[in-house]
Amino acid sequence: MADTTICSEIAGTVWKVFVEVGDAVEADVPLLLLESMKMEIPVVSSDPGVVVEIFVAVGDSVAQGSPVLSIRC
Amino acid sequence: MPKIRRVFVANRGEIAVRIIRACRDLGIQTVQAYSEADANSLPVRLADEAVCVGVAASKHSYLNHAALIGAAKASGADAIHPGYGFLSENADFAELCEAAELVYIGAQSSVIRLMGDKAAARRLAAETGVPISHGSEDPLDNPERAAEIANRIGYPILVKAAAGGGGRGMRIVTTAADLRDSVERASMEAAAAFGSGAVYIEKYLHPVRHVEVQVLGDGKRVVHLGERDCTIQRRHQKLVEESPSSALTPGLRRRITESAVALASRVGYRSAGTIEYIVDEARQEFFFIEMNTRIQVEHPVTEMLTGLDLVALQIRIAAGEPLPFEQSQIRFTGHAIECRINAEDPERGFLPQPGTLTEYSAPSGPGVRVDSHAFPGYSLPPQYDSLIAKLIVLGTDREEARARMQRALREFHIVGVPTTVKFHQRLMAEPDFVTGNVHTRYLKDTMWAGHPAQKML
Repeated sequence: MADTTICSEIAGTVWKVFVEVGDAVEADVPLLLLESMKMEIPVVSSDPGVVVEIFVAVGDSVAQGSPVLSIRC
Repeated sequence: MPKIRRVFVANRGEIAVRIIRACRDLGIQTVQAYSEADANSLPVRLADEAVCVGVAASKHSYLNHAALIGAAKASGADAIHPGYGFLSENADFAELCEAAELVYIGAQSSVIRLMGDKAAARRLAAETGVPISHGSEDPLDNPERAAEIANRIGYPILVKAAAGGGGRGMRIVTTAADLRDSVERASMEAAAAFGSGAVYIEKYLHPVRHVEVQVLGDGKRVVHLGERDCTIQRRHQKLVEESPSSALTPGLRRRITESAVALASRVGYRSAGTIEYIVDEARQEFFFIEMNTRIQVEHPVTEMLTGLDLVALQIRIAAGEPLPFEQSQIRFTGHAIECRINAEDPERGFLPQPGTLTEYSAPSGPGVRVDSHAFPGYSLPPQYDSLIAKLIVLGTDREEARARMQRALREFHIVGVPTTVKFHQRLMAEPDFVTGNVHTRYLKDTMWAGHPAQKML
């Protein structure tokens, strides 16, 4: 069991968060949506796991490369 | 109808520049609305006057009805041009403009409302004899009904938001097992994004081309200005548009343009509008998708072919002038292609990236047009779309147009943000693009096959 931190690939704003801490998530399913330049960019986990921590909330600005949530795989 | 003397530009970026140019050609003054993020933008510099209408977030500026109408009235404008995006297809805003005695440069608010309900537009198209793909006539009220329709027309199907459009709010469902969940999710997403959870079902057709017909009406009479082929897309968003479409035979072209004129005539259409279709090239069939009741991003493609100024015509029609020509007087000369130059990284799945254009130099020369609000030192704000420039070329035929596009792309020099320039260079040389062997999923399924970012397209 290792915690994987998922980082934002873009600079943008958190538009929607689909998961809560403790949720079991599948691979390649959007966990949250970022918005940048009027585009919705989904954040996905490449592996299934459980959400351990969410570092952002709707409306937050995120920088490219900054952590958005962590998953225990 | 009063003569228009002063136009309030309720938009930003390249389309704001485009509107200011059309106004100046007509001897009309302009007042540019801008948000705090756009204080140093090109349209602000070019307009006769500029008014700050709010902070960077669109909700509080370019989407703020009261601020825009208040600023327009205070500035002495007698008309409003909404451009595309933002409030351009918002019937409430059009009504508020009319109530404030501002001429709305666009379609009638009742027509905007009707066509904004994608399920109602589909029904109207069917009643007018315009082919629609198999699916639900009305928005779905329960999952059982959805399953019944999906089983009848067969999978895969599309679940679409009635209040969506432009590729937003839609989901592909490939198996019956996923249907209930997909309909529920699509409905929830539609409610959150568009304020209405109404969804409907359409047969998902593939491979197809995306072809649209430009129409122009004065409220009494409608003409068409030919088609545009917008098949090259990523995430259902257009990247390249051209005319004429290699997917249409003369017979199919006649049928598709006639159907567009019939639908626009049926609602007494006023202003410039676009009717979008999917075309099954192999079977030479076409199906209505939606009507866009506004000027389209890719309108210059049509302007290059016809020599007409669509934005100036929108303004003249809004001022009460009748269409200045008959269908038979419209001439289509040559072949035009438009490439959208966006601040996006194709290698990373076309992820957008705001930033400053440390260097910017646009191409020119015979047959080349660039519509842009960019300049060296310009910073693309993260709040708005990623369009830097539209590069449009005209040639005597498709091959000449393609060669000119290659030449122009080579001259396009942008430093500071990733762009789609190199992608377009590669696309223009792809054998499939050269022969016209493309479909709406061509980028994802073929050009990005095996690429790590394929799933993102």
